Amino acid sequence: MLPVRKKKRRNIIPGFGLSLGYTMLYVSILVLLPLSMVFINTTTMNWSEFIETITGERVVASYKLSFGTALAAGILNVIFGTIIAWVLVRYDFPGKRIVDGLVDLPFALPTAVAGIALTTLYAPQGWVGQFFNFKIAFTPLGIIIALTFIGLPFVVRTVQPVLQNFNGEVEEASASLGANRLQTFIKVILPELIPAILTGFSLAFARALGEYGSVVFIAGNMPMKTEITPLIIMTKLEQYDYAGATAIATVMLVVSFLLLFIINMIQWVTNRKFLHS
Amino acid sequence: MMILAGCSNSQSSSNEEKDGSSDSKKPVELLNVSYDPTRELYQEFNEDFIAYWKEETGQDVTIQQSHGGSGKQGRAVIDGLEADVVTLALAYDIDEIAQARQLLNEDWETEFEDNSTPYTSTIVFLVRKGNPKGIKDWNDLTKKGVSVITPNPKTSGGARWNYLAAWAYAKQQYNGDEAKIKAFMKDLYGNVEVLDSGARGSTTTFVERGIGDVLIAWENEAYLSLNELGKDEFEIVTPSLSILAEPPVAVVDKIVDKKGTREVAEAYLKHLYTEKGQEIAAKNYYRPRSEAVLEKYKNQFPSLDLVTVKDFGGWKKAQETHFNDGGTFDEIYQPK
Repeated sequence: MLPVRKKKRRNIIPGFGLSLGYTMLYVSILVLLPLSMVFINTTTMNWSEFIETITGERVVASYKLSFGTALAAGILNVIFGTIIAWVLVRYDFPGKRIVDGLVDLPFALPTAVAGIALTTLYAPQGWVGQFFNFKIAFTPLGIIIALTFIGLPFVVRTVQPVLQNFNGEVEEASASLGANRLQTFIKVILPELIPAILTGFSLAFARALGEYGSVVFIAGNMPMKTEITPLIIMTKLEQYDYAGATAIATVMLVVSFLLLFIINMIQWVTNRKFLHS
Repeated sequence: MMILAGCSNSQSSSNEEKDGSSDSKKPVELLNVSYDPTRELYQEFNEDFIAYWKEETGQDVTIQQSHGGSGKQGRAVIDGLEADVVTLALAYDIDEIAQARQLLNEDWETEFEDNSTPYTSTIVFLVRKGNPKGIKDWNDLTKKGVSVITPNPKTSGGARWNYLAAWAYAKQQYNGDEAKIKAFMKDLYGNVEVLDSGARGSTTTFVERGIGDVLIAWENEAYLSLNELGKDEFEIVTPSLSILAEPPVAVVDKIVDKKGTREVAEAYLKHLYTEKGQEIAAKNYYRPRSEAVLEKYKNQFPSLDLVTVKDFGGWKKAQETHFNDGGTFDEIYQPK
């Protein structure tokens, strides 16, 4: 959001025009073009059909489930991802490199494999599931576990570099001024981390919203209970109802965009606050 | 029971040049777009056909296989996957290909014998060894305390057969009383713990994870589970009445004409109807159309009352009535 300047100032680094043009073209072809197809496909239905499709009972139930579980998974990832990043940066222990490498695995694993593995663990007779007297797989809880798993690397990888570059002197200063560890963490370290944590959260959240492969195995796909929105989109496609499928996708896109936009706004605000204080 | 459709191959290929076999000695490639459970069947069948074709014409043919959920495969062909032949789970999927892009004639079902379905299957139950819940027929699946595993008819072609088979049983029990049939279906689906998105997923849930007392499955899938995962763990229960599942095959006219592969594509599908092709189908647990081969394998395929999808007014109507949004399947899950 640059304020409009009356006099054009020459930029010191040349090549702005060319690089901006290239960026716009690249983003357009890679991102905007496929997204616009979603909207174009949706326009084959009229307004009342569109509203009817996106407000169907099962569809609405699936929004609640998808957004709710993605939010829960995002929050879990923020808490534990930050802790993992902290441990990896601040402490030395044998096998640290291995743990560091393990964090990225959920990205590399095909989602279907993740889904099947998690379901095997958490099914009522599964290795882990058998120790609980309530169901984990085939409930929203199972979905949250799957989404947390696939989103784990985001927060860790965004917070890690910030922690690595964190200036230890500030901590020492706060300690010498009589703050205890907790106060130091909350008042000194956390504000620095918040932008990175927000970025990690929004990535993990967005990723979880669109996740299909791993969730269909652990969800159980019961109508009105554990049907995620991407599954509803698949059911529309099975009926060769492209317009209906893209209509629901449009809703997801718009809501996700708004949420990510709000998160970005929060980031700008916090950034300014901390950088100018 | 079955009305044999006459084999009328003439109308589409009469204007073709008939000298194809003499000068087309250079290798040819076929793409067969199929659905999930036929993987093993076509592996074996392709080998046989390649040898047969080499002997007949001297031409080398390679066959590419593509497998996936039937609806997904149908959409891939509509979106431009250049299949010479499609061998899918439902006539409905091929109908959509015919309508959406006019890639083949709308009367494609009359191309080959038996509605262009060279092999059939039916819907049976897989239960745990010893059948602890004493499951014999569809009504046992509605009892309290019986846990049923079947995929979601909204996403799985196989699950739609399961649903229609159960519906046909209820229809016979209650003399077509719609309210009672729906109540029956509601009880049955009330016992379903997990609705996997595909047939293989359901098999995994039942077999690997040990969830559920009974799996409603294709007969061929049930046999595969039995033979691959342990005869000492499961049993197949054949209900009193079920549905004749007819997975159809078709030559994709526009594409074979474009590629010049019509002759070999037609021979490929015709080969499914030969004694050898029928034998391979039976070996892979699909019910053969040939009486002679069926007789040979009669221990594997117990006879039972079979309705067909025609009793539901064809796939198009069945899809609209039962599985599209607002159909009977959605109704069952309406929260009261």
